[in-house]
Amino acid sequence: MACFLVPAAEAVVTTVAGKVMEKKEGSHNAEGHEVKIPFTRKIGWLNNMLWGGSALLAFEHVWHGEVIAKFPFLTAAANPEDAAEMLHEMSTVGVTMALLVTTVWFGMVAVSSAMEKRMNNMAEEEKEESAS
Amino acid sequence: MTLLITIFAAVISTAVWYKNAPANDMKIGVLCWMYWGASLMWFVDAIFEYAELGAEYFTPEAADMLNDSFLGLSVVALGLVIWVVVLLIKDPRGVVRKAMISAK
Repeated sequence: MACFLVPAAEAVVTTVAGKVMEKKEGSHNAEGHEVKIPFTRKIGWLNNMLWGGSALLAFEHVWHGEVIAKFPFLTAAANPEDAAEMLHEMSTVGVTMALLVTTVWFGMVAVSSAMEKRMNNMAEEEKEESAS
Repeated sequence: MTLLITIFAAVISTAVWYKNAPANDMKIGVLCWMYWGASLMWFVDAIFEYAELGAEYFTPEAADMLNDSFLGLSVVALGLVIWVVVLLIKDPRGVVRKAMISAK
């Protein structure tokens, strides 16, 4: 009914958070040859998944006639009974969607951090070997 | 069907991205993120639908399946349109900029 609104709302929050972090990060880069993906880039992955997914899901809702071009834009919002059902769907399906996408993103961040660490350790070992 | 078609689109776009990485001239990453995001969301939708319908979920009516397939293909097409718009706006190879300058 309007489940896509929950991930879309999360996308707004993460986009704003990303912009704020980008300003704070500024020109502060990783030292020397250290491999490090900036966190703003990582949060960009989440933004892209949330915005992209929400956009395509919004299209599905237009397809099914649940989103219309006139106020209140959501057909379910026209009467209280349907509105209650819509809110229930948002709080179950919508929240689960947002949670799953975020969980997958956390997994990706963990894997990329582990890979960064491994690459840096290998580079350090090579450096020590060439020095000795 | 919508979920299946979107997953196929996500896998294909990821394979194309991987083949061309680290070059990002065509912004294929945009397609990957979009299709994977939508696939995850429709996967949740499918789980809730399965919880409601049970085994019936896997035996849809032919008309529903056709409608869902049509929707899936339309979703893929919309994703491609969004990707083209992003590509032309970001213009990583400067093609649009050059074309506009030479047209002046």
